[in-house]
Amino acid sequence: MSQALYLASFGNFLVWVVWAAAAAACLGSGIAVISFANPFYSALALIGNLASLAVLYLLASAEFVAAAQVLVYAGAVMVMFLFVIAYLGGRADAPWAGGPRWLQASAVVAGVALLAEVVVALLWNSRSLDRAPTISDAFGSPAEIGRLFLTDHLLAFEITSVVLLVAAVGGVVLGIRTAEKTGARVE
Amino acid sequence: MIGPNVPWYLAVAGTLFGIGAVGVMLRRSPLIVLLSLEIMLNAGNLALVGFSRYWGASDGQVFAIAVMAVAASEVCVGLGLIVAMARRRLALDVDELSELRG
Repeated sequence: MSQALYLASFGNFLVWVVWAAAAAACLGSGIAVISFANPFYSALALIGNLASLAVLYLLASAEFVAAAQVLVYAGAVMVMFLFVIAYLGGRADAPWAGGPRWLQASAVVAGVALLAEVVVALLWNSRSLDRAPTISDAFGSPAEIGRLFLTDHLLAFEITSVVLLVAAVGGVVLGIRTAEKTGARVE
Repeated sequence: MIGPNVPWYLAVAGTLFGIGAVGVMLRRSPLIVLLSLEIMLNAGNLALVGFSRYWGASDGQVFAIAVMAVAASEVCVGLGLIVAMARRRLALDVDELSELRG
Protein backbone atom coordinates (compact mmCIF):
# COMPACT_ATOMS: atom_id res chain seq x y z
CA MET A 1 0.00 0.00 0.00
CA SER A 2 1.46 3.36 -0.95
CA GLN A 3 1.90 5.99 1.68
CA ALA A 4 -0.72 8.38 0.25
CA LEU A 5 -3.35 5.63 0.15
CA TYR A 6 -2.45 4.60 3.69
CA LEU A 7 -2.85 8.18 4.93
CA ALA A 8 -6.19 8.53 3.15
CA SER A 9 -7.59 5.35 4.71
CA PHE A 10 -6.29 6.40 8.13
CA GLY A 11 -8.04 9.76 7.69
CA ASN A 12 -11.26 7.96 6.80
CA PHE A 13 -10.95 5.80 9.92
CA LEU A 14 -10.35 8.91 12.06
CA VAL A 15 -13.43 10.63 10.60
CA TRP A 16 -15.54 7.55 11.38
CA VAL A 17 -14.27 7.47 14.97
CA VAL A 18 -15.00 11.17 15.56
CA TRP A 19 -18.37 10.82 13.85
CA ALA A 20 -19.37 7.83 15.98
CA ALA A 21 -18.27 9.60 19.18
CA ALA A 22 -20.24 12.73 18.26
CA ALA A 23 -23.33 10.70 17.32
CA ALA A 24 -23.16 8.75 20.61
CA ALA A 25 -22.73 12.00 22.58
CA CYS A 26 -25.64 13.49 20.65
CA LEU A 27 -28.04 10.60 21.42
CA GLY A 28 -26.82 10.27 25.02
CA SER A 29 -27.29 13.95 25.81
CA GLY A 30 -30.69 13.84 24.07
CA ILE A 31 -31.80 11.08 26.44
CA ALA A 32 -30.30 13.08 29.34
CA VAL A 33 -32.39 16.13 28.35
CA ILE A 34 -35.68 14.26 28.65
CA SER A 35 -34.75 12.26 31.76
CA PHE A 36 -33.35 14.90 34.14
CA ALA A 37 -35.85 16.03 36.76
CA ASN A 38 -34.33 19.51 37.07
CA PRO A 39 -34.85 21.74 33.98
CA PHE A 40 -31.47 23.39 34.60
CA TYR A 41 -29.60 20.11 34.07
CA SER A 42 -31.77 19.41 31.03
CA ALA A 43 -30.76 22.74 29.49
CA LEU A 44 -27.08 22.02 30.18
CA ALA A 45 -27.46 18.59 28.53
CA LEU A 46 -29.10 20.27 25.54
CA ILE A 47 -26.00 22.49 25.15
CA GLY A 48 -23.92 19.28 24.92
CA ASN A 49 -26.42 17.91 22.39
CA LEU A 50 -26.14 21.05 20.22
CA ALA A 51 -22.34 21.04 20.41
CA SER A 52 -22.10 17.38 19.32
CA LEU A 53 -24.53 18.15 16.48
CA ALA A 54 -22.18 20.95 15.42
CA VAL A 55 -19.39 18.32 15.19
CA LEU A 56 -21.63 16.19 12.95
CA TYR A 57 -22.32 19.24 10.75
CA LEU A 58 -18.58 19.90 10.47
CA LEU A 59 -17.96 16.30 9.37
CA ALA A 60 -20.69 16.75 6.72
CA SER A 61 -18.64 19.77 5.53
CA ALA A 62 -21.36 22.23 6.54
CA GLU A 63 -18.97 24.70 8.16
CA PHE A 64 -21.26 27.72 8.24
CA VAL A 65 -24.19 25.79 9.73
CA ALA A 66 -21.87 24.39 12.41
CA ALA A 67 -20.63 27.88 13.30
CA ALA A 68 -24.18 29.24 13.38
CA GLN A 69 -25.23 26.28 15.53
CA VAL A 70 -22.60 27.04 18.16
CA LEU A 71 -23.02 30.83 18.07
CA VAL A 72 -26.81 31.15 17.76
CA TYR A 73 -28.10 27.96 19.36
CA ALA A 74 -25.61 26.83 21.99
CA GLY A 75 -24.71 30.48 22.64
CA ALA A 76 -27.62 32.88 22.44
CA VAL A 77 -30.73 30.68 22.61
CA MET A 78 -29.48 28.49 25.45
CA VAL A 79 -28.33 31.49 27.50
CA MET A 80 -31.89 32.83 27.20
CA PHE A 81 -33.21 29.43 28.31
CA LEU A 82 -30.86 29.29 31.31
CA PHE A 83 -31.81 32.84 32.35
CA VAL A 84 -35.52 31.98 32.32
CA ILE A 85 -34.96 28.71 34.21
CA ALA A 86 -32.88 30.55 36.83
CA TYR A 87 -35.59 33.25 37.04
CA LEU A 88 -38.37 30.72 37.59
CA GLY A 89 -36.33 28.71 40.07
CA GLY A 90 -35.56 25.02 39.81
CA ARG A 91 -38.96 23.37 39.98
CA ALA A 92 -38.05 19.77 39.51
CA ASP A 93 -40.60 17.23 38.42
CA ALA A 94 -39.76 13.58 38.08
CA PRO A 95 -40.02 12.41 34.50
CA TRP A 96 -42.33 9.55 35.40
CA ALA A 97 -44.45 11.36 37.98
CA GLY A 98 -48.11 12.23 37.41
CA GLY A 99 -50.41 11.38 34.55
CA PRO A 100 -52.06 8.05 33.94
CA ARG A 101 -49.78 5.09 33.46
CA TRP A 102 -51.19 4.16 30.05
CA LEU A 103 -50.41 7.68 28.78
CA GLN A 104 -46.72 7.31 29.63
CA ALA A 105 -46.60 3.81 28.18
CA SER A 106 -48.25 4.95 24.94
CA ALA A 107 -45.81 7.89 24.68
CA VAL A 108 -42.89 5.47 24.76
CA VAL A 109 -44.65 3.12 22.34
CA ALA A 110 -45.24 6.03 19.93
CA GLY A 111 -41.56 6.98 20.15
CA VAL A 112 -40.44 3.42 19.46
CA ALA A 113 -42.91 3.18 16.56
CA LEU A 114 -41.42 6.35 15.08
CA LEU A 115 -37.96 4.82 15.42
CA ALA A 116 -39.08 1.56 13.77
CA GLU A 117 -40.54 3.54 10.90
CA VAL A 118 -37.22 5.33 10.34
CA VAL A 119 -35.29 2.05 10.45
CA VAL A 120 -37.64 0.39 7.94
CA ALA A 121 -37.49 3.40 5.61
CA LEU A 122 -33.68 3.42 5.76
CA LEU A 123 -33.32 -0.31 5.16
CA TRP A 124 -35.82 -0.11 2.29
CA ASN A 125 -33.85 2.63 0.54
CA SER A 126 -30.35 1.84 1.75
CA ARG A 127 -29.01 1.00 -1.71
CA SER A 128 -30.17 4.21 -3.39
CA LEU A 129 -29.17 6.35 -0.41
CA ASP A 130 -25.72 4.87 0.09
CA ARG A 131 -23.74 6.76 -2.52
CA ALA A 132 -20.84 9.14 -2.12
CA PRO A 133 -21.39 12.50 -3.79
CA THR A 134 -18.67 14.73 -5.16
CA ILE A 135 -18.78 18.11 -3.49
CA SER A 136 -17.09 21.29 -4.57
CA ASP A 137 -14.78 23.37 -2.38
CA ALA A 138 -17.43 26.06 -2.03
CA PHE A 139 -19.92 23.56 -0.51
CA GLY A 140 -21.16 24.84 2.85
CA SER A 141 -18.95 27.93 2.87
CA PRO A 142 -20.43 31.24 4.11
CA ALA A 143 -20.05 32.72 0.63
CA GLU A 144 -22.08 29.89 -0.95
CA ILE A 145 -24.79 30.06 1.74
CA GLY A 146 -25.01 33.84 1.37
CA ARG A 147 -25.23 33.60 -2.42
CA LEU A 148 -28.07 31.05 -2.19
CA PHE A 149 -29.90 33.14 0.42
CA LEU A 150 -29.80 36.26 -1.76
CA THR A 151 -30.55 34.59 -5.09
CA ASP A 152 -32.44 31.27 -5.09
CA HIS A 153 -34.00 31.51 -1.63
CA LEU A 154 -34.63 35.25 -1.31
CA LEU A 155 -38.30 34.74 -0.38
CA ALA A 156 -37.39 32.31 2.43
CA PHE A 157 -34.81 34.83 3.66
CA GLU A 158 -37.34 37.68 3.77
CA ILE A 159 -40.04 35.54 5.41
CA THR A 160 -37.52 34.40 8.03
CA SER A 161 -36.68 38.00 8.89
CA VAL A 162 -40.39 38.87 9.24
CA VAL A 163 -40.93 35.80 11.47
CA LEU A 164 -38.03 36.87 13.70
CA LEU A 165 -39.40 40.42 13.95
CA VAL A 166 -42.92 39.21 14.80
CA ALA A 167 -41.53 36.82 17.44
CA ALA A 168 -39.42 39.59 19.04
CA VAL A 169 -42.42 41.96 19.15
CA GLY A 170 -44.60 39.13 20.49
CA GLY A 171 -42.13 38.42 23.28
CA VAL A 172 -42.17 42.09 24.31
CA VAL A 173 -45.99 42.24 24.18
CA LEU A 174 -46.29 39.10 26.32
CA GLY A 175 -43.98 40.67 28.91
CA ILE A 176 -45.87 44.01 29.04
CA ARG A 177 -49.39 42.57 29.31
CA THR A 178 -48.60 40.46 32.36
CA ALA A 179 -46.90 43.41 34.09
CA GLU A 180 -50.15 45.42 33.75
CA LYS A 181 -52.33 42.54 34.97
CA THR A 182 -50.39 42.03 38.15
CA GLY A 183 -50.33 45.78 38.89
CA ALA A 184 -46.58 46.10 38.51
CA ARG A 185 -45.28 49.32 37.04
CA VAL A 186 -44.29 49.19 33.40
CA GLU A 187 -41.05 51.05 32.89
CA MET B 1 -15.44 11.50 0.07
CA ILE B 2 -14.59 10.28 3.53
CA GLY B 3 -16.79 9.56 6.50
CA PRO B 4 -20.32 8.12 6.83
CA ASN B 5 -22.90 8.45 4.08
CA VAL B 6 -26.38 9.90 4.43
CA PRO B 7 -28.13 6.77 5.90
CA TRP B 8 -26.03 7.15 9.06
CA TYR B 9 -27.00 10.79 9.38
CA LEU B 10 -30.65 9.89 8.84
CA ALA B 11 -30.48 7.13 11.46
CA VAL B 12 -29.13 9.55 14.07
CA ALA B 13 -31.65 12.21 13.01
CA GLY B 14 -34.57 9.77 13.26
CA THR B 15 -33.49 8.49 16.67
CA LEU B 16 -33.03 12.04 17.92
CA PHE B 17 -36.49 12.99 16.62
CA GLY B 18 -37.98 10.00 18.46
CA ILE B 19 -36.22 11.00 21.68
CA GLY B 20 -37.56 14.53 21.36
CA ALA B 21 -41.08 13.30 20.61
CA VAL B 22 -41.06 11.05 23.68
CA GLY B 23 -39.87 14.04 25.75
CA VAL B 24 -42.71 16.24 24.45
CA MET B 25 -45.32 13.55 25.20
CA LEU B 26 -43.89 12.41 28.54
CA ARG B 27 -42.75 15.50 30.41
CA ARG B 28 -45.11 17.95 32.09
CA SER B 29 -42.82 20.89 32.77
CA PRO B 30 -43.34 23.34 29.85
CA LEU B 31 -39.63 24.24 30.01
CA ILE B 32 -38.56 20.65 29.31
CA VAL B 33 -41.27 20.34 26.64
CA LEU B 34 -39.63 23.34 24.90
CA LEU B 35 -36.19 21.75 25.27
CA SER B 36 -37.52 18.51 23.72
CA LEU B 37 -39.00 20.56 20.87
CA GLU B 38 -35.53 21.97 20.27
CA ILE B 39 -34.22 18.40 20.00
CA MET B 40 -36.87 17.59 17.39
CA LEU B 41 -36.05 20.73 15.37
CA ASN B 42 -32.35 19.85 15.51
CA ALA B 43 -33.09 16.32 14.30
CA GLY B 44 -34.79 17.90 11.29
CA ASN B 45 -31.74 20.11 10.78
CA LEU B 46 -29.42 17.10 10.87
CA ALA B 47 -31.49 15.38 8.17
CA LEU B 48 -31.41 18.59 6.09
CA VAL B 49 -27.62 18.83 6.38
CA GLY B 50 -27.18 15.12 5.62
CA PHE B 51 -29.33 15.34 2.48
CA SER B 52 -27.57 18.55 1.51
CA ARG B 53 -24.34 16.58 1.31
CA TYR B 54 -26.07 13.65 -0.39
CA TRP B 55 -27.06 15.92 -3.28
CA GLY B 56 -23.84 17.95 -3.12
CA ALA B 57 -25.88 21.16 -3.04
CA SER B 58 -25.88 23.74 -0.24
CA ASP B 59 -29.64 24.45 -0.45
CA GLY B 60 -30.44 22.14 2.45
CA GLN B 61 -28.07 24.09 4.67
CA VAL B 62 -29.87 27.32 3.75
CA PHE B 63 -33.07 25.79 5.08
CA ALA B 64 -31.28 24.46 8.14
CA ILE B 65 -30.41 28.07 8.95
CA ALA B 66 -34.01 29.12 8.31
CA VAL B 67 -35.12 26.39 10.76
CA MET B 68 -32.65 27.78 13.31
CA ALA B 69 -34.27 31.23 12.96
CA VAL B 70 -37.73 29.70 13.39
CA ALA B 71 -36.50 27.81 16.49
CA ALA B 72 -35.14 31.05 17.95
CA SER B 73 -38.53 32.72 17.38
CA GLU B 74 -40.28 29.75 18.95
CA VAL B 75 -38.05 29.96 22.03
CA CYS B 76 -38.68 33.70 22.27
CA VAL B 77 -42.48 33.32 22.23
CA GLY B 78 -42.49 30.10 24.28
CA LEU B 79 -40.31 31.49 27.05
CA GLY B 80 -42.43 34.68 27.02
CA LEU B 81 -45.52 32.55 27.58
CA ILE B 82 -43.87 30.56 30.37
CA VAL B 83 -42.74 33.75 32.15
CA ALA B 84 -46.26 35.18 31.74
CA MET B 85 -47.72 31.99 33.24
CA ALA B 86 -45.30 32.17 36.17
CA ARG B 87 -46.18 35.84 36.79
CA ARG B 88 -49.89 35.01 36.92
CA ARG B 89 -49.09 32.31 39.51
CA LEU B 90 -50.28 29.55 37.19
CA ALA B 91 -48.92 26.08 37.78
CA LEU B 92 -46.02 25.29 35.45
CA ASP B 93 -47.55 21.97 34.46
CA VAL B 94 -49.00 21.28 31.03
CA ASP B 95 -51.52 18.80 32.49
CA GLU B 96 -53.07 21.37 34.82
CA LEU B 97 -53.39 24.12 32.21
CA SER B 98 -56.80 23.13 30.88
CA GLU B 99 -58.72 26.46 31.02
CA LEU B 100 -59.22 26.50 27.25
CA ARG B 101 -60.77 23.03 27.19
CA GLY B 102 -64.24 23.34 25.67
